[in-house]
Amino acid sequence: MARGNGSKDTIIEVRDVVVGFGEHIVLNRVDLDVYRGEILGFVGGSGAGKSVLMRTIIGLLPKRAGTIKVLGVDMAAASDDARRAVERRWGVLFQQGALFSSLSVRENLQFPVREYLDLSQRLLDELVIAKLDMVGLDASVCEKFPSELSGGMTKRVALARALALDPDIVFLDEPTSGLDPIGAGEFDNLIATLQRTLGLTVFMVTHDLDSLHTVCDRIAVLADGKVIAAGAMDVMLASKHPWLQAYFHGKRSRADHAERQ
Amino acid sequence: MSDMLLEGKAQGGQLKLAGAGAWTAQNARALEALIDGETARAGKLRQVDIDMRGVERLDTFGAWLLERLVRDFSARGCQTSVSGLREDYRALIDELHAVKPEQAPAHGNGQSLTYALGSIGQSIAAIGESFTAFINMLGALVAVVGRVALRPRGFRFTSLVHQLDNVAWRAVPIILLITFLIGCIIAQQGLFHFRKFGADIYVVDMVGILVLREIGVLIVAIMVAGRSGSAYTAELGSMKMREEIDALRTMGFDPIEVLILPRIVALIIGVPILTFLGSMAALYGGGIVCWLYGGIDPDIFLSRLKEAITIDHFKVGMIKAPFMAMIVGVVASVEGLAVKGSAESLGLQTTASVVESIFLVIVLDGLFAIFFASIGM
Ligand SMILES: Nc1ncnc2c1ncn2[C@@H]1O[C@H](COP(=O)(O)OP(=O)(O)O)[C@@H](O)[C@H]1O
Ligand SMILES: [Mg+2]
Repeated sequence: MARGNGSKDTIIEVRDVVVGFGEHIVLNRVDLDVYRGEILGFVGGSGAGKSVLMRTIIGLLPKRAGTIKVLGVDMAAASDDARRAVERRWGVLFQQGALFSSLSVRENLQFPVREYLDLSQRLLDELVIAKLDMVGLDASVCEKFPSELSGGMTKRVALARALALDPDIVFLDEPTSGLDPIGAGEFDNLIATLQRTLGLTVFMVTHDLDSLHTVCDRIAVLADGKVIAAGAMDVMLASKHPWLQAYFHGKRSRADHAERQ
Repeated sequence: MSDMLLEGKAQGGQLKLAGAGAWTAQNARALEALIDGETARAGKLRQVDIDMRGVERLDTFGAWLLERLVRDFSARGCQTSVSGLREDYRALIDELHAVKPEQAPAHGNGQSLTYALGSIGQSIAAIGESFTAFINMLGALVAVVGRVALRPRGFRFTSLVHQLDNVAWRAVPIILLITFLIGCIIAQQGLFHFRKFGADIYVVDMVGILVLREIGVLIVAIMVAGRSGSAYTAELGSMKMREEIDALRTMGFDPIEVLILPRIVALIIGVPILTFLGSMAALYGGGIVCWLYGGIDPDIFLSRLKEAITIDHFKVGMIKAPFMAMIVGVVASVEGLAVKGSAESLGLQTTASVVESIFLVIVLDGLFAIFFASIGM
């Protein structure tokens, strides 16, 4: 299923990263590679530190040791300008959407674009409609405020905002949690479609076994503060690691599998 | 380099456009100008050929501008064709081609006069609404007090103690400091001006009566509105935003009973205590200034004070305190529950809470002044 990553161009490189809060070490020497153009599914138990790793990569949490390179730039050593240039090339979908509550949907989508690019109002407005269309929403939500959106719409608008600057990488934190199975399936398809059309690299934290099966090229598993396995779905299914066995061959996944067959 | 992005050659009814370079976000502004220049070309055109072979990179911004170019020419009735586009961009182009040309609903504030009149109307309506909300909250509180009186074990003492700690105990230092300073200032101003008439000693009367009847309770009520009223509004408002209040309701709790009653009771207990402490601090400050600045001995100050004030003055101040507390508490709760989903509305309601409660505290003070004057207190 791997799409165009024969050359395995590494776009995110995490090496020996240690992150902790006080005494509590959440990530203990984590290594992870994300390749250009792939959808990486990142799984692990609740509280394993998936969000923590994501937030560390995007620079929201400090790390105690290790290096993180994004698009070949060592984020800790880079100058402010170099770092900002990299930040412009990623988009983030937070677990709760994190839309700005006092701005309308239109303003939410235009906010990052206005900040970085000097475009005419007409083009800004047209792009909002185009971006909303891409995430499957119509122009009528433009003037709505985040508090007036349903959960699924919030996720879609947040995804559109993450894509506002046409990033190379998008980070998605549990994009399908809180959506009904149909909505979740649509969202998965949406991510796969956008990945194809825009040539994105997607780093997706997820618990949704369906997403892992249908859209992810590779899966990385976080347990006990380390990435214990990374590879395609068949590698995961073949693994003998007890956590992987329980996760991919547990009751829920089997029921899921039986249906598929 | 930006003028390389798009070049056009017109021949008779035919226009040949050649795109080049990076059609990406960085160049979107320049590209838009070029595209609008081409579509504004005068003269009759029948056919437009867009050659995209030279385009090295294309993102949503560039793809949309290409789409706009095609749409604008098609709308003018031209035959439009696009050629030489790299295969990987096909999906993106198709995606944008599917976007409906529907315009977003117009936005903006409309005409300024209608907008101005409209906003006046809205604010008048808002005053009416907050008045009804205030009365509603009072009614709901009375109902809850009735319910709790029948079943006193349902009252949340832990919460009350916690709130008392916040609004009364922790406020003592700042209240003492402020009222002390106000007492000093009143005495100093009085001495300065009364001295001209040789009426120094009447400063004691003025400080005593003013502090006990008015200043003590007013300063405390205003401080509490700014300090605790705003905190109540922000707390209740953010609980409202995160659906915590709805969660309480679904569990069968009455938010007024659980959240608001303990807070208001804490204010009703706390404000009179703070008023008493504040008044004493102000008298103390006045006494010190009279002694050090006015040369009035503490003994003389005290005996003069004893003659000048009666228990009535003290009572007037203390009677007003719980009512002011109630106003601050009720306004803060009403505004807190009026918070909508956004962070901005939390800020607006918190401001409104402080402004309204200070305003109402002063209005109430005026009404009390009329009342006490007419009963001769
Ligand atoms: N800001 C923080 N302060 C302290 N501990 C935190 C913080 N953020 C996360 N943690 C802890 O880190 C661990 C991993 O959290 P998280 O990455 O959110 O889990 P998940 O894998 O479910 O996303 C948890 O034990 C959590 O308690
Ligand atoms: Mg998480």
